[in-house]
Amino acid sequence: MIRLTHIDKRFGRSEVLRRVSVSAREGSVTALIGPSGAGKSTLLRCVNLLEIPDAGELVLGEEVVHFGSHPPGREAIRRVRRQTGMVFQNFQLFPHRTALGNVMEGLLVVQRWPQEKARAHAFELLDKVGLADKARSWPAQLSGGQQQRVAIARALASAPRVLLCDEPTSALDPELALEVVEVLTDLARDGTTMIIATHDLRLAAQVAGEVVVLEAGEVIESGPATALFNNPRHERTQRFIATLGHAHPSAGIGTISQRAS
Amino acid sequence: MPHWLDLMLQSLGPLLWAGLVFTVPLTLLAFALGLGLGFLTALARLYGPRPLAALARFYVWIIRGTPLLVQLFVIFYGLPSLGILLDAFPAALIGFTINVGAYTSEIVRAVIAAIPKGQWEASFSIGMSWSQAMRRTVLPQASRIAVPPLSNSFISLVKDTSLAAAITVPELFQAAQRVVATTYEPLIIYVEAALIYLALSSVLSALQNRLEAALARSAGALEPAA
Repeated sequence: MIRLTHIDKRFGRSEVLRRVSVSAREGSVTALIGPSGAGKSTLLRCVNLLEIPDAGELVLGEEVVHFGSHPPGREAIRRVRRQTGMVFQNFQLFPHRTALGNVMEGLLVVQRWPQEKARAHAFELLDKVGLADKARSWPAQLSGGQQQRVAIARALASAPRVLLCDEPTSALDPELALEVVEVLTDLARDGTTMIIATHDLRLAAQVAGEVVVLEAGEVIESGPATALFNNPRHERTQRFIATLGHAHPSAGIGTISQRAS
Repeated sequence: MPHWLDLMLQSLGPLLWAGLVFTVPLTLLAFALGLGLGFLTALARLYGPRPLAALARFYVWIIRGTPLLVQLFVIFYGLPSLGILLDAFPAALIGFTINVGAYTSEIVRAVIAAIPKGQWEASFSIGMSWSQAMRRTVLPQASRIAVPPLSNSFISLVKDTSLAAAITVPELFQAAQRVVATTYEPLIIYVEAALIYLALSSVLSALQNRLEAALARSAGALEPAA
């Protein structure tokens, strides 16, 4: 179980998150959607403590972290980060390491695995995202979609309890976004727990089982993806979906599965 | 054999010897120690608690704002008034180290700051500590961008060591002065000294080029992955 309860987060004077509560079951995929500046990314970054909330509580498996009077200790932060993996909008691969080196890095440095074991496991993960043949390539030699798939493999290396994806397709051309969506779809099918911040409704509709709609730092609606997309209760959700909706989500799914097959 | 060539060949031995025994070790030691000092100073300015950061800023301000020759004189001729007596070579080494430290701290600070925040976050997200992220992710990338400006400092230092002659270090330039004192041929001897400095700098430039090429090869076409 991953649970954020009553999360507050301010940057200076602006309140980015206000008493936000979100939870995700193991094996589920949750999409955080909402307009730019709604707080999606910040909320996601509160799960692996790249942002430390001002108030609230994070539960990640056995780990319980309270926020408030004093910030969580270094050890608690590291324990949380070891149980989470993150995929960034701009990939953020390590440019001075090969694709394989990127995936091995956490295994070698954090988990302190021996070289050979780390290499074998990293290779399996690259194979899983369809890039076994690119293991020796440098990030600068890969397309955006390939870089993001390597980044996914890197995030999965330590077998995290949850994979956090921050706008994983937003920096990519539609063609390249597609290959990333496919990889995430496969992971979802295999039961990888994921939380995805996105304004790509096609991605949300295809991959997510649960959807949380954020606006101006508050949750305005949440529920199962099919119900929420086909029958949004909240008027602001309807409007938000409509603004993105030249491609209706269900139409999007059809397109994707045709192209994938 | 023309007179000038004869003179140059005769004095080549003492000049090269002085270069080998004083100029080169002084340069290498001062640069290595100065780079270490510069690194610590940069860390203090970037991440240190406020008083330490202020101290680092003060140090850089003083050293960059005063002439190196004056700094050397303060250390060698001035400090004895406070009871601190140093031999010429250690005094020069301390002076150059402090000077190199101030200049390279600015380079180190700039190249560390040039690494995108996302690289730190990517490192943290896979569970690295701050020092692991610094060592494994930031410094390898920062050191690549640092090679050209640091090479600049290094080559300047080779030539600046001639100032040590003024505080009685018997290095290359002082050896040249001594030869001039007995031969009365300043033009020929000083040109010879200049040529030796030129040769040393050229070797360093060539090494810089090879280092840059090797670094470029070792990371494909290195552009930030964004």
